[in-house]
Amino acid sequence: MERNEVVGKSNVLLRVVRFYVEGFRSMTLGKTLWAIILIKLFIMFFILRLFFFPNILQKNFDTDEERANAVIENLTNPNQSHQQHSQEL
Amino acid sequence: MNDLFTLVDWSRAQFALTAIYHWLFVPLTLGLGVIVGIMETIYYRTGDERWKTITKYWMTLFGVNFAIGVATGIILEFQFGTNWSNYSWFVGDIFGAPLAIEGIMAFFMEATFIAVMFFGWNKVSKGFHLASTWLTAIGASISALWILVANSWMQYPVGMEFDPETARNVMDDFWALVLSPVAVNKFFHAVSAGWVLGGVFVVGVSAWYLLKNRENFLAQKSIRVGAWVGLVGTIVVAYTGDGSAYQVADKQPMKLAAMEGVYHGKEGQELIAFGILNPDKKFDNDEKEFLFDIPIPKLLSILATREIDGFVPGINDIIEGGYADKNIKGEDIIALSAQEKMERGRLAIAALADFNTARQNNDTTAMNEARARLDANYEYFGYGYIDSVEQLIPHVPFVFYSFHIMIILGGYFLLFFILILVLSYKEKLQRLKWLLWIAILTIPLGYVCLESGWIVAEMGRQPWVIQDIMPTFAAISKIEVASVQTTFWMFAALFTVLLIAEVGIMLKQIKKGTEQN
Repeated sequence: MERNEVVGKSNVLLRVVRFYVEGFRSMTLGKTLWAIILIKLFIMFFILRLFFFPNILQKNFDTDEERANAVIENLTNPNQSHQQHSQEL
Repeated sequence: MNDLFTLVDWSRAQFALTAIYHWLFVPLTLGLGVIVGIMETIYYRTGDERWKTITKYWMTLFGVNFAIGVATGIILEFQFGTNWSNYSWFVGDIFGAPLAIEGIMAFFMEATFIAVMFFGWNKVSKGFHLASTWLTAIGASISALWILVANSWMQYPVGMEFDPETARNVMDDFWALVLSPVAVNKFFHAVSAGWVLGGVFVVGVSAWYLLKNRENFLAQKSIRVGAWVGLVGTIVVAYTGDGSAYQVADKQPMKLAAMEGVYHGKEGQELIAFGILNPDKKFDNDEKEFLFDIPIPKLLSILATREIDGFVPGINDIIEGGYADKNIKGEDIIALSAQEKMERGRLAIAALADFNTARQNNDTTAMNEARARLDANYEYFGYGYIDSVEQLIPHVPFVFYSFHIMIILGGYFLLFFILILVLSYKEKLQRLKWLLWIAILTIPLGYVCLESGWIVAEMGRQPWVIQDIMPTFAAISKIEVASVQTTFWMFAALFTVLLIAEVGIMLKQIKKGTEQN
């Protein structure tokens, strides 16, 4: 009984895998679209995300408490943080 | 200070650029998803293979748009962490939770059912395939729901409590967030706007086939489905647009005043059907508001207050205060002046600073006292950052003209779809070449209309990134302007390439017609 269930589940899994493999193989325009999707995702996640879009608070502070304090400082001393910012620039 | 505003401006421009490009792809996915679902339902019910061909044809164009547009919105989330770190931290899980749900639902629903939709012809039962097509369309709309819930919270922040220890807003009522009247109206408004664009697109492409005397069966049948979806979409857009305007009048009166160019409000306020703003008009001078206008008496009062002589405040009224209003809890109050709100905002910011000083000193009494002051003034927190009342006024011409372009085009689409349907059922459409050309030229107008809607929503709420709680310039990260400029141009290039790819592939597929199937 258990063996039949395992065989049944693996058959379903195989059918799902075969469904996707055959689907991808039979694509025509879809291949171009997938190429565009993959290139786009590569640019977004491996170039833009890694090199241009760090999470500033994650990068600059180690703990949530430090992050909270930094934001509180920015929020409660806006003029000071603006001036500091202008000097940094 | 000038450098700061340069940084804010570039960050805003980058966000706007990304959102505007993203919003080129999303509504067509929403609209075509429903249209393809209806076409496949007809095939399922009739068994007519020609409807299968029609369904597969539009499904291909749906797939092109979906593939090019998918994940373009993720870039907005990158920007939150980099350019808008104060904001990103401040909103806490309120923004994160809906976006996380959106990501998970989008992945599981769309990734699963879109595969069946494209790979499943003749491999799964007709019923299962049809269900997959509809679930893909519904999944796209549900994705939009969570994005719009997050956006609506920024326009009407409810269901949260501010935690001064962590400087984060903590969600305390998920359903208040999801079912806020702003979110409900915005969701149906945006999704039905997608149906309008889908209708305009299908009618326009089909009109091209009729002009070329090709794919006649596909074109004639598609025009009817497209026009019906577009017509229903236009009616729902009008209804929910009215609901949205009513919410704006209640929760963001400055936005409504800018949308209508009202400086001095009154009871029985007219609606400007068409107008040319006086460029010399400012809130602090007595110039005329319009060089030319066509007003409809009392209509703005009716739409904004549901009363024929209801009072609609103008820009000057909102700055000066003193009129009957409601606060965020819905309680009747006399509107404070902008100066009073700015004072209350400064008290709130000072209370936050005092709270944290007391916390560092372990002074519980002082913490409680500061917390009480903060809670009492928190609804005006953002006003504490405002230096002059002029900062509270959005860019009136931008908002006014965007709003009126949207409204005029909405009226045009209503007439357009009715005319197309009538002539289609009378079988006269193919002979009216001028109308077929108009149908083709209406496609870009669909995009203009939808982008105008977003501009009204997002420009009209300035200076706020979170209404009354946080102005845009307080949300910004301390990063270099040059880095934002660099990524702005990178995005501009990336999205332009994607758009060119989309248009190119779409045109190629349209020229091929059903031979691809």
